[in-house]
Amino acid sequence: MKFMLMLNTERDGYTRYMSWPKEVLEANVAFMIAFNKQLSAAGELVSAEGLASPQQAKLVRAGRDGKPITDGVFPESKEFLAGYWIVDVDSAERAYELAAEASTAPGVGDAPLWVEVREIMSGRQDIK
Amino acid sequence: MTLPKPDLRLERLLRDLAPQVLGAVVRRTRDFAACEDAVQEALIAAAAQWPRDGVPGNPRGWLIQVALRRMTDHVRSEIARRGREAVVAGETPAAVAPAFDGEPAIDPDDTLVLLFMCCHPALSPASAIALTLRAVGGLTTAEIAKAFLVPETTMAQRISRAKQSIKQSRVPFRLPDAGERASRLGSVLHVLYLVFSEGYTSSSGATLQRTDLANEAIRLTRAVHGLLPGDGEVAGLLALMLLTDARRAARTGPGGEIIPLDEQDRALWDAAAIAEGVALVSAALRQGAVGDYQLQAAIAAVHDEAPRAEDTDWPQILALYGVLKRMSDNPMVALNHAIAAAMVHGPAAGLELLAPLDADERLRGNHRLDAVRAHLLERAGDRAAAVSLYRAAAERTTSVPERNYLMMRAARLGEGP
Repeated sequence: MKFMLMLNTERDGYTRYMSWPKEVLEANVAFMIAFNKQLSAAGELVSAEGLASPQQAKLVRAGRDGKPITDGVFPESKEFLAGYWIVDVDSAERAYELAAEASTAPGVGDAPLWVEVREIMSGRQDIK
Repeated sequence: MTLPKPDLRLERLLRDLAPQVLGAVVRRTRDFAACEDAVQEALIAAAAQWPRDGVPGNPRGWLIQVALRRMTDHVRSEIARRGREAVVAGETPAAVAPAFDGEPAIDPDDTLVLLFMCCHPALSPASAIALTLRAVGGLTTAEIAKAFLVPETTMAQRISRAKQSIKQSRVPFRLPDAGERASRLGSVLHVLYLVFSEGYTSSSGATLQRTDLANEAIRLTRAVHGLLPGDGEVAGLLALMLLTDARRAARTGPGGEIIPLDEQDRALWDAAAIAEGVALVSAALRQGAVGDYQLQAAIAAVHDEAPRAEDTDWPQILALYGVLKRMSDNPMVALNHAIAAAMVHGPAAGLELLAPLDADERLRGNHRLDAVRAHLLERAGDRAAAVSLYRAAAERTTSVPERNYLMMRAARLGEGP
C-alpha cells in the first residue's frame, strides 16, 4: 500500500524556517537526510520531495485562447504543501508510525508537527 | 498460442533454470543470500552473452559454474576481509572456500525448497513476493521494481532485508517437516495468489508496460503443480488462476474501465485456458480433501462454462459458496454468498444475508459491503438507496478502476429513465 505523508506549512513558514538558529537548522537537515536514508534502507521509500517556497507559487488556468493565465499565490489559502514522502508499506499503521517519526523533526515552534497521511489509489481490485 | 520469439525463448529458458541453478549452488555452499546474488549475476551474464555467442550445450551447467565462480570470488574477498580483521584481532583466518568439482546434482525438489524459504511466514507478504520473484522466478530487481512501481534501490533493499530475515531465522535448506508442511505450503500458495491478483487486476490502461505478473504466477504455480501433482489445493489455485485469467481480454474496456462479468463479451474468453482449468479443478475435486482454492476455482468454472450470463448455474454457485462459507470465516465469502442467494432467490434474500455483516468489524470502513448492498438494492428497484450506497462505496475504495465503476453506476442510475 502506498501512502503520501505531507508536511504543510503556513504562508510565512518558509521565511520563518530560513531564520531558525544554525543548530536547529543543522539538526533539521540532518534529521531529514537520516530519515530518508532509513526509509530507503527499509525498502519503503518511493519518493521524497521538498517544494520551493509558496512565494514562487502561481495559480494557472487556460485563457480564452488556451494560453496560460497566471496569477499570484492563492490569496485565501492558509496552508501550503512544503514537502512529502511517498512510502510503500504493509499497512496503514506502518504509514502512521512513519508519519509520527517524521513529525519529530527538530524545529522551532509547535512540535511535533502534524503530518497529513493520505492513501494513494491503486489499479488493484479484488478477484475472489 | 503463438510460439515465443527467440529472445523470449531464451528468457524463458533462463527463468526456468534459475531455481534449479540456485538450488544446486545453495546445496553446495549453504549461504542462501550470497548464492542468490551469485545466481542473479550468472543469469545477467547469460542474458548478455548467449544471444551473441549462442546457448551453451549445457546451459544449466554453464550457469552453475558461473554462479559458483562468483561465489568463490565472494568467499575469497570475504576471507581477505576477515584476514585483515583477524590480523588486527590476532587470530588466524579459517579457510572456508568450498571445493568446486564437476556439476552438482539437480534435485527437482530444490524449486519447492526455495519457494518454502522465500515464502517463509517470518517475511511480510511484500518481501516474500519480491524474493520469490527474484530467487524462484528469475526476474531482475529492476523488473520487479517496475512491476510494483517503486524505485529499483527500494526493491533491492526490500530483497536484501528479506534475505537477512531468512538468515536470522536459520531456516534450513530442506523441505519442511510433515507437521508444518501443510501450513507452509499454504503460505507459498498465498504468495503466488497475491502475485497473480496484483498482475491480473493491474495489467491494464496506463500500466500496460508492467511485467506480466499474472503469467509469472501461473508459470510458478504450474511448476509447483508439476512437483506436487497430488495436492488438490495446488491444482485448485492453478485452476483458479487459469479460469480467471481466461477472461482477461474481456474484463476491461478500451480505457481500462471494468466490465462486470454479466456484461463481458464471452467470445473474448480464452477457451483453452478454461478447458485446462475445468479439467484441473474437476480432477482435484474428485480426489476429496476439498479446500478453499478448489472451491473458488469451481465457482470460476461455473461462470466460465455458461455460454451467456443468463445461462449461469446460480444454484450451483450458491451451493459452492455455502460450502465455502462453512469452511472459512471470511466476510468476503459471506458477501459473495449473499450475491449468489440474490441471483437464485431474489434480491430480498440477498439483502437479508447482508444484514448480520453490518456488525462485522473486519468490514468496517471497507467499501465492499456498501457496493454489494447497492447492487442488490438496484435489483430490488430501490434506486435512491442504491445510488447513495454506490457513491459511499466509490468514496471509500482505494482502487481507481473500482471507484470509476461505482461512480458511473451511480450516475447512470441517478439519471436513469
